[in-house]
Amino acid sequence: MALNRKVGLLSGLRYRGGGPMLAWILHRVSGVGMIIFVTLHVLGSFLTQQMGSDLGITLNIIYESLYFQLFIFFCVIFHAVNGLRIIALDIWPRLIRYQKESTWLEWFIIVPVFGLAALIMIRRFLAG
Amino acid sequence: MRSQDLPKPSWNLEYLMWLFTRLSAISIAVLAVIGFTAALIMGARTQMDLGTLLRWTFFPNPNHVLDSEIPDLAAGWTNGFWQIIQMLLVFFGATHGFNGLRVVVEDYSNPGFWQVALRGLIFLLWVFSTLIAVYVILGS
Repeated sequence: MALNRKVGLLSGLRYRGGGPMLAWILHRVSGVGMIIFVTLHVLGSFLTQQMGSDLGITLNIIYESLYFQLFIFFCVIFHAVNGLRIIALDIWPRLIRYQKESTWLEWFIIVPVFGLAALIMIRRFLAG
Repeated sequence: MRSQDLPKPSWNLEYLMWLFTRLSAISIAVLAVIGFTAALIMGARTQMDLGTLLRWTFFPNPNHVLDSEIPDLAAGWTNGFWQIIQMLLVFFGATHGFNGLRVVVEDYSNPGFWQVALRGLIFLLWVFSTLIAVYVILGS
């Protein structure tokens, strides 16, 4: 599918949107990431439980791996906090002046919550 | 700053879905907090690990906490209340998610046959995934 844009890919990548642009991109990536996770989970469970197929077990192994779990937890926590930030800016439009500051603020919430959970998950994984 | 009148919203699909995205996001957050808090009250702190607790938080299905040290799932973890919470989570989650996918897909495709076809595909995925989820919820 051809993209009918006035902005090419290179100039798009060079665009320095800063924190809010990073949040916008990550919101998309994390949203699609969660759709992929849920789809894999539904397909994997269905194929394993209803058909007893090996493909289902392979899918289960993929989404139950530590890396996928860490990725998906990041998706959930980022999408949730960033989504609430967007809602807050929508309800109080005057706060848009502080859009950049709001993206810093959200990382102050995401980093400790994600970091703590990741630490617990990795320690548990290393312990076996 | 000059004050400006807000434009009157027109009640088309885009505006409705914009509104639904916000409302469903808040609903999912509230439902997740309910599941998380109730699990902790019912003894999750000593009976399960973090991963199991999070699985329960986002989909309070008894199958999600089978792999834990809960003595009796029938005592609080399996009942109609959680089935209703699961149904709400599936409805809000699936609709929010597939509408988001539609927005992303339409952002990277031009109007025409393929955009309509992808829209239809996403609609079918939404219907089927919701039906499968209802089947799972009623069966567990």
